[in-house]
Amino acid sequence: MNSLLLIAILLVLSAIGYQVGRKRALAGAGGQISGLHSLPSYYGSYVALWCALPALLVIGLWLGLQSGIVDSLLISGLPASVQALSEGQLNLLLSDIRNLAAGDITSKTPDPMVLAAAERYNDLRSTGFAAMVVVGLALGIAGFFIGWRAINPSFRARPRVERIVHWLLIIASAIAILTTIGIVLSLLFESIRFFNRVSPVEFLFGLNWSPQTALRADQVGATGAFGAVPIFAGTFLITIIAMLVAVPIGLFSAIYMAEYASPKFRAIVKPILEILAGIPTVVYGFFAALTIAPFFRGFGESIGLDVASESALAAGVVMGIMIIPFVSSLSDDVINAVPQSLRDGSFAMGATHSETIRQVIIPAALPGIVGSVLLATSRAIGETMIVVMAAGLAANLSANPLEAVTTVTVQIVTLLVGDQEFDSAKTLAAFALGLVLFTITLCLNVIALTVVRKYREKYD
Amino acid sequence: MTDTPVNDGALRAKVRDDALVRKRYRAERRFRAYGLAAIMAALGVLTVLIFSIVSAGLPAFTTTQVALNLNFDAGDIDPDGSTDPEKLANGNYRGALLKSLRAEFPGAETRKGRRDAINMISNEVSFVMRDMVLADPSIIGTTQVVWVKSSADIDQLAKGSIDRTLPESDRRVNNRQLGWFETLEREDRVKTTFNTTFFTTADSREPEQAGILGAVVGSALTLVVTLLLSFPVGVMSAVYLEEFAPKNRWTDLIEVNINNLAAVPSIVFGLLGLAVFLNFFALPRSAPVVGGMVLALMTLPTIIIASRAALKAVPPSIREAGLGMGASRLQTVTHHVLPLAIPGILTGTIIGMAQALGETAPLLMIGMVAFIVDIPQSFTDPATVLPVQVFLWADAPERAFVERTSAAIMVLLAFLITMNLFAVMLRKKFERRW
Repeated sequence: MNSLLLIAILLVLSAIGYQVGRKRALAGAGGQISGLHSLPSYYGSYVALWCALPALLVIGLWLGLQSGIVDSLLISGLPASVQALSEGQLNLLLSDIRNLAAGDITSKTPDPMVLAAAERYNDLRSTGFAAMVVVGLALGIAGFFIGWRAINPSFRARPRVERIVHWLLIIASAIAILTTIGIVLSLLFESIRFFNRVSPVEFLFGLNWSPQTALRADQVGATGAFGAVPIFAGTFLITIIAMLVAVPIGLFSAIYMAEYASPKFRAIVKPILEILAGIPTVVYGFFAALTIAPFFRGFGESIGLDVASESALAAGVVMGIMIIPFVSSLSDDVINAVPQSLRDGSFAMGATHSETIRQVIIPAALPGIVGSVLLATSRAIGETMIVVMAAGLAANLSANPLEAVTTVTVQIVTLLVGDQEFDSAKTLAAFALGLVLFTITLCLNVIALTVVRKYREKYD
Repeated sequence: MTDTPVNDGALRAKVRDDALVRKRYRAERRFRAYGLAAIMAALGVLTVLIFSIVSAGLPAFTTTQVALNLNFDAGDIDPDGSTDPEKLANGNYRGALLKSLRAEFPGAETRKGRRDAINMISNEVSFVMRDMVLADPSIIGTTQVVWVKSSADIDQLAKGSIDRTLPESDRRVNNRQLGWFETLEREDRVKTTFNTTFFTTADSREPEQAGILGAVVGSALTLVVTLLLSFPVGVMSAVYLEEFAPKNRWTDLIEVNINNLAAVPSIVFGLLGLAVFLNFFALPRSAPVVGGMVLALMTLPTIIIASRAALKAVPPSIREAGLGMGASRLQTVTHHVLPLAIPGILTGTIIGMAQALGETAPLLMIGMVAFIVDIPQSFTDPATVLPVQVFLWADAPERAFVERTSAAIMVLLAFLITMNLFAVMLRKKFERRW
């Protein structure tokens, strides 16, 4: 039996509760709906909600917290010598125990202490699970009876149910807020742990990035320098290249679509352009690494330039291609929102279409266009897969687009993928970089959304 | 003749104006051409992208088989002559295979020759032999002609991706193997078949045995979790914000927050999942359930924004009629407004799911990037998803994996196109102008 089955049982119980509640209300009123305060289905829903909600809430919490509690119980049951181990070693031991408990092969023949712990781990888990089943079912049945007892013909079921649903709606809309709070807090806490080891000044203004920390004291070449300026510079360089590609192409296509294109042309070409936005970024990354980067490299060689195979140029150009539809569709919208009277006025003065666009429409639509460019910039800064697959890993401080540079997102991925330990400055650095990324994109988004909204209000 | 100078001046003005007008019209045409060129550039890049992926990926849908005379040698497979399936399963099939190869390929007697011969065919052949014996023990001691899968290198050679004229040291297939292969070709013992392995297995280190089924199942499990979480929560919060919420600072905050959340880089959601779901709640790494939760948080804003737009499009007269008939506000919404908004909500949800299906970065953070050879069976099994599989294969050095990466991308794009077409059809069918 697993937790899915338990949830299914509870849902069935609550469906039964619905029927029973409905019948009981009707029976109490002698089969006459007119004798009831609310429609029978509300009495049923009342019982069903009592059945399902408390039990599901408890099960959800239980499932979320169980593994943490089991782990801490397990550690407290281990010998004192083991508990004195460092966090990293303890985690290694725990994962050994877990593997053994799951019946997997471990790296070495387990010593008796680990074996005993694995058994204890399985015990704790099955006890915990049994307790959850008992508590969940008990809550479901108790809820059933509470709901069932409350039902009589004069019971005000509809307002009660509606109040519960109202609260559920509020909770659902608070999840978006909780997500933001979760992002901010998790980034902030891990970053503070990072800044306890590395000073923020060094992080923000240092010129040397080499996050490999020494495992042994006498290790060579692993000093652990956390100066993030080369990373910021690399991100900036690639973003600039991307915007140099995306803004002219996106803006000119938006102008053509909004002002010149026939409705038929628009109906065909616009969805095709939107395909560019729907292609997964990992596909762009592969395209950059497979086609564009070798092309630039070959082209550079033919004119005597030395282009790195992971050049910022290739990553930036492909990222620019990905951004085109963001610029074009948003700009298209704002250009369309410019009132026709402005155009007509300009035509009446004898201006050609392009003069109207350049001197009337673009200035009128400028705030919206700026907003769309800012949104696209934030998209480019936060884009991950293209740069992971097509840009470099080494942090070079260079403004040459033909060299390999690295970006914030690339570093986050390389620092965190395949690393399970959580107390080294190396992994914590990823969260500090994430915090910087989040802050910058948030600022850009807030500015862009405010500008776009102000602009919409102007012409609405 | 007093007006001659005037005429002269007018003429000159006309000529000048003509020149100016012509110049302005030229500028007009130029400007228009820039716009068209921009669109053509974007379309051209799209074409190049699709073409390069499809042309690289199509060969992966076929695979090369060679016919070999396999000698099911009784001495290796069943030394004591008992046809006990348990013993048969543990027979020395590799030994039998090697003997067959020695007979098949002249020069395979030496150590190096044997390695070359083994590298001609997929290393699953000895397992195929075992399965054949277990299915029909009477073939022990006989020699059968069996079509077996070639190794990835020979497959590439057969498809022409390896240039036979290159010097031996630059080729992945050496002269001896090339000679054997050409003999097989002459004897008409090479054929190309549809690559079913690609659709029926999970990842593998051997390109010819690698498939996408594991990743597709992983994606499906992940998307189920995403849908189950984000759809109800998204619709509920849209209903609250659009139909019930008072206009105050709290709801303003939620609204601004949702718009911003939609533009937060996806990798940040991965960091959130890592810090909260994995480290705080200690949920399993690499599991579809965690991936689904992270993607649900990511797609939530998309669904909320689309659902709100759909609810807003329902005219107020519907609500007024419902309330006028004595329905409560909740009844009005659930009985009348929501059913009318459902097509729009579903369209937004499908688009959100398509986004989630193509997302890679946040899943890298929560460890869905492992090398997994089993097809995941449940929501907590380690799994990978289709885009991550693309990422993993894109890193592999073998040429055959380039082919498979492109093919996996084609499958991914096929899913995305289907989902988007479905969304478009839904919108077309149920779109209503009030």
